[in-house]
Amino acid sequence: MGRNILHCDMNNFYASVECMLDPSLKGIPVAVCGSVAERHGIVLAKNYPAKAYGVQTGEAVWQAKSKCPGLRVVEPHYDEYVKYSALARGIYSRFTDMVEPYGMDECWLDITSCEKLFGPPEKVADIIRETVKFELGLTISVGVSFNKIFAKLGSDLKKPDAVTVIAEDSFKEKIYGLPASDLVGVGRSTERVLAGAAIKTIGDLASADPRMLASKLGKNGLALWNFANGRDESRVARAGESPPVKSVGHGTTTVKDMESDGDVWPVILELTQDVGRRLRDIKMMAGGVAVNVRDSNLVCRQWRTPLSIPSTSAEVIAAAAFGLFHARYRWELPVRSITVGTFNLVPEGAAYAPRLWDNVELAERRERLGHCIDDIRRRFGKNSVRNCILCMPSTLPPEHAEIVMPTGMPC
Amino acid sequence: MYVDVYVFHTSEGSSLPLKIRLYNGQTFEIDRIKGVCRAASTKVGGTGMRYSVVIKGVETYLFDEGEGRWFVEARREAFGM
Ligand SMILES: [Mg+2]
Repeated sequence: MGRNILHCDMNNFYASVECMLDPSLKGIPVAVCGSVAERHGIVLAKNYPAKAYGVQTGEAVWQAKSKCPGLRVVEPHYDEYVKYSALARGIYSRFTDMVEPYGMDECWLDITSCEKLFGPPEKVADIIRETVKFELGLTISVGVSFNKIFAKLGSDLKKPDAVTVIAEDSFKEKIYGLPASDLVGVGRSTERVLAGAAIKTIGDLASADPRMLASKLGKNGLALWNFANGRDESRVARAGESPPVKSVGHGTTTVKDMESDGDVWPVILELTQDVGRRLRDIKMMAGGVAVNVRDSNLVCRQWRTPLSIPSTSAEVIAAAAFGLFHARYRWELPVRSITVGTFNLVPEGAAYAPRLWDNVELAERRERLGHCIDDIRRRFGKNSVRNCILCMPSTLPPEHAEIVMPTGMPC
Repeated sequence: MYVDVYVFHTSEGSSLPLKIRLYNGQTFEIDRIKGVCRAASTKVGGTGMRYSVVIKGVETYLFDEGEGRWFVEARREAFGM
């Protein structure tokens, strides 16, 4: 049976919220920047007028200003973003209980059962778009399709404040000429591999030999081939039901580039505080640790290592992450941002085979310590217990809303 | 502009604004509430529960942003002050 899926994407979310709250910003180039006071602040988001000057997310404020001298730089207001993200989801859930968020500003909606109540899918999409604009003063782009992948692709095709339909009987004409990198899951490295096999468009990908794709890209290659052919059966999670967690991670961009191991260690340790707590919240333990590093040229590298004893301990995860970083990063360039992730999650208390030299007792003590620290923080506040080194001045940005990585998606 | 508001809360959970007070202490009765819906202010920015109200013969919107913060779209001069 055909499904009707929407993907709703709030346009330039951070920048749009700022412009909505302060109408004096309307029509002029605006960039939301981390730590405006700092020389090294970077652009987190920009509006369309700023985009027209070539201002890019991730670049330094001084770079953006040299392209666009009239640029208005505003500080981020994460509490407002969280508020408007929740209000938008509230609007979506008037239409269906199947609303699956993807980051703060995107959601999939399964509106298959809405048809009798609200009309055909493109009409529902239009009602939702108008409602968000009227109630929140924010615009969204909506993709309408028969699966999640094409719905997301659709929401990217026309922006802002627009609805794009990718129908089951005509999707080939509509999207086969688009670059393969428009498809979810085709990152820069995948794009390079595909280009090496003369696959440039989604159409090329759809007609490629799946065995060749699998040999070059593994499971991901096969998945992409299915996506390109419109075969994506993944369902939209019901509200409140989160998809099975495949990884828990936390990342940050520091207010100033990190220039030595000594800058990096406190950042990793701080990140893992949250990672450890979130793992304990969902009663899972990390079987491995990944660290993702972006240098000042914004080139990403990722390394991963298994843990001999699954853990939720911030110290254990931080030590593994730092060990990887220290062994692999060559310091040719300063580091712009770091993400610590975990994988191979196993349920708390699951059996594992310790090696002879593993100190099981110490590992168990560390787990208990983690729970104990959570408890103290719950009762007395997040900063009631701190690692000494984290009380020193650091390059970490001030308290901000959690940035949860999309799970199960290749970087 | 942000204003203080005297609000009547019904047991069903709805709220009726009765009177506003400006920052300088002046108060104005709300003569009539013509409608209420959730909306964004197109004039001064911000969003909330939007009450279409008549104050001293002037039609304007009064917004309940939540957490006790209210603002009116009309400027002070509109009320003849
Ligand atoms: Mg967006």
